[in-house]
Amino acid sequence: MFQIFTNINVDWMGLRKPLIAVSVLVLLAGLISAVGRQLTPGGTDAFNLGVDFQGGTFITAKFKNQKPSEDEIRTALQNVGVNESVIQASTDKQDEVLIKVPLIAGNTENQTPENAANPDAQTGLDTATQTQNNQVNAGRDKVRQALSTFGKEAEGTSSLADDAAASYKIVGTDYVGPVAGEQLRNQAVLATLLGLIGILLFIAFRYDWTYAAGAVIAVFHDVLITLAFFSVFQWEVSLTVLAALLTLVGFSVNDSIVIFDRIRENLTLHRDRSLYSLTNQSINQTMSRTIVTNGLVFLAVLALVLFGGEVLRGFSLALFVGSITGTYSTIAIASPIAIWWQDKLGAAQVRRTEVQKTEQLASASRRSVSRRPIAR
Amino acid sequence: MKNSSLLIRTVIIVVITLIGIYLVIGPRGSVEASDFSWQGIKQNVSENINLGLDLRGGSHLVMRVKTDDYLKKLTQNNEAAALAAAKEAQLPVADGSFVAAGNNYQVTLNLTDGSQAQAVIDEVKKKVDFSGWTESTNGNQINWSLPVAAQKVLADQAVTQAERIIESRINAFGVKEPTFQRHGASDSGQLLLQMPGVDDPERIKDLIKAESRLSLMKIVSPPNPSPVQIYPTKEAAEQSIAGAPNRRVMVYADRDAAAPVNQTQPDQQPKQYVVIEEPEVVGGNELRDASAVSRTGNDSDYQISFSFKPNGAQKFGEWTGKNIGNYMAVVLNDEVKSAAYIKSQIFDSGEISGRFTKGTAEDLALTLKSGALPAQIEYQEERTVGPSLGADSIRAGVLASVAGLVFIVIFMLIYYRGAGVNAVIALLLNMLLTLAGLIVLDSTLTLPGIAGLILGIGMAVDSNVLIFERMREELRAGKSVAKSIEQGFDRAFITIIDTHVTTIISAVILYMYGSGPIRGFAVTLILGLLINLFSAVFVSRTIFMWLLERNPSMKKLSI
Repeated sequence: MFQIFTNINVDWMGLRKPLIAVSVLVLLAGLISAVGRQLTPGGTDAFNLGVDFQGGTFITAKFKNQKPSEDEIRTALQNVGVNESVIQASTDKQDEVLIKVPLIAGNTENQTPENAANPDAQTGLDTATQTQNNQVNAGRDKVRQALSTFGKEAEGTSSLADDAAASYKIVGTDYVGPVAGEQLRNQAVLATLLGLIGILLFIAFRYDWTYAAGAVIAVFHDVLITLAFFSVFQWEVSLTVLAALLTLVGFSVNDSIVIFDRIRENLTLHRDRSLYSLTNQSINQTMSRTIVTNGLVFLAVLALVLFGGEVLRGFSLALFVGSITGTYSTIAIASPIAIWWQDKLGAAQVRRTEVQKTEQLASASRRSVSRRPIAR
Repeated sequence: MKNSSLLIRTVIIVVITLIGIYLVIGPRGSVEASDFSWQGIKQNVSENINLGLDLRGGSHLVMRVKTDDYLKKLTQNNEAAALAAAKEAQLPVADGSFVAAGNNYQVTLNLTDGSQAQAVIDEVKKKVDFSGWTESTNGNQINWSLPVAAQKVLADQAVTQAERIIESRINAFGVKEPTFQRHGASDSGQLLLQMPGVDDPERIKDLIKAESRLSLMKIVSPPNPSPVQIYPTKEAAEQSIAGAPNRRVMVYADRDAAAPVNQTQPDQQPKQYVVIEEPEVVGGNELRDASAVSRTGNDSDYQISFSFKPNGAQKFGEWTGKNIGNYMAVVLNDEVKSAAYIKSQIFDSGEISGRFTKGTAEDLALTLKSGALPAQIEYQEERTVGPSLGADSIRAGVLASVAGLVFIVIFMLIYYRGAGVNAVIALLLNMLLTLAGLIVLDSTLTLPGIAGLILGIGMAVDSNVLIFERMREELRAGKSVAKSIEQGFDRAFITIIDTHVTTIISAVILYMYGSGPIRGFAVTLILGLLINLFSAVFVSRTIFMWLLERNPSMKKLSI
């Protein structure tokens, strides 16, 4: 057989302190970035929140001939009164530009039909139209106004290629109002927390609370590390990033479960060995699976990063980071915490050496893990 | 014995695979020769799989009915009507007031003689609908307040009504295959509209939101109503009312007046005012039909003619009969559009004139016909994807899936050789059945859905890797091929169940609490995981069983 890893014998548990130190460093970097950015006046925020979560308008514009530079577009937007715009050239499509503008306060929110009615505009509908445009499409209209300094937009439903006179067309719009943004944000937090609670309960049911805690802390760790990357590099956090975070929660827990499963099995097979060495052994035994599976997931995610396009960019990046930290946290975080906790409970003595006299302790700790019969 | 179980397994797998193939590439109607050509298959696949708006292009709109405004308006109107009713009956009322803030909606009438309270209540109830309100008297005060439960019921009614009206507007506008439904929590007042293929929703958005309240009212411009007395300022008009009840000043836009001279600043144009009598004679809810008609054949010279339902026609007929020689105002959104001299009794039709273009006249006729919205609509979320952007996304998604799949297939074949073929079959079957599952559930495939598909592939590979690694371990431990296969599947199965259940738990929660595109992701992921239990465990094992069957004394397994 063709194998990459056989008979690995690494003392992972002994390495737990330096491994945890690495995690703490990355998390600190994320924290410093988040807090620092938030506190720096006039600077960026802790996270580059997408319009999904903070409201605003996100526009994809396609240009025909000469695409104006990002600075030119920014200047044009400033000329129409939009100062806080984010302009980004699409990385995979040369002729597209992504423009994000914040919510533009409509001054018509409190306008009642009475004072909106304008006798001198042509018709009642026209006045109504103006009112609505101010409220809803301020963002798009401003962008349109700014982009029109570079040429004409393709009319209505005609495509860019069909309209000879046109030089650009807005091909995509995402508008999220302040209420919807808050709603989506709350929904996101709720979904993540409930997801974690669900997983915690399931693992507690299948294994033990200590293992559940280890797995869930490892998952928190993965989510936080991924968020740290998003803060440091200012990648945009959108709804799809949330989906990615929950996916990596699933993957990370999977990795933990595979190892826990092996620990549980080994506990029944080797009644005379300490939990410490059994955990090491279990991690080493499953190492080739861990590497192969995560390597493959990594390949699939790499395909997403390379070919998935701009819309899936945040999603792909989140999984890219997550699939690496997920593997790492299982070894460096989940197992040590599970073992440490059992140690604290006085049920297991974690020692470097293979133990002779700790058989009682090992079997005591075993009780808590192997309480449930292993179905075959 | 083993033989028969293998046979049953094989039959199950073949049947499910064939059903899957039919669901994905088969025609929905009758089978034709073209269904077997490459083009025909492509056509069928694109018809069978329901693409989300982000892939096919279209517009996704979340709007909210301002139910708080509706309740406020209702409270305000009830207060005015109650006061008017009591005054008309010459009962001792001093004044009235209302509160409409937060969850507190109240109407209060102050009496000059508290002993007459019951008489006032009886009189008010004849004219004003206070059902659902809690009534109380305290000295010289009568108070109606709206309990929270009743607020919810009324708000919900308003949303339902708005939903019906908007739906008829969408249908009349001719949007193809729209989906329109409630959105969010039950009392959020939110509605979701999805319109495939619409990449510029401006006009339909205006149309949905248009208020278009039509009413016909009597013009009273004292002293002499012939011709209509027009005031140049609001103050002058208000002075002429001089405290008379049921009079109101309205802006008058004369249809025959010249076009505004100063087009850029229409606000600077002089306004005209007339005095009208409340309440309205007939309202827009009595309309049976409205249509745009050209007055002169010129495109910028349209007007709207309308007709009434029987009830409205009767009311209108009676009133015009009594008011021959008076003037009637056609009022649209609190603005007098035209003033008509009543020559004779009119029963069931009328017109709104103004300088309408064909488009605005048609939109106005349409919104009038559908009825007035009970409350204003605000847009909270809009996502519009042009068809070209959607097509690009499909291309990117498909490319990423295929690339991911190719990477995985190559690796599995190199690393696990013979068993790798087994894994690849399981993977392809997983993809096929996931698509078939989407079709059966009539679920839409979105861009995040494609991502879910890719992650499902990741999980599928994981199951195979777990099993194969376990088999290798057993083989290394010196067990026979048959025993290793059995142990590999049995031991890995527990782990596979645990990992799948945890991921399904988080995917189900995503589905329950996520919105729109996220749900698409959750659905494909859940489907992929469930199908994986079949493809990676059941099918894969059957293939191994089949290998053993052919060579029971197998010494070496290609893994």
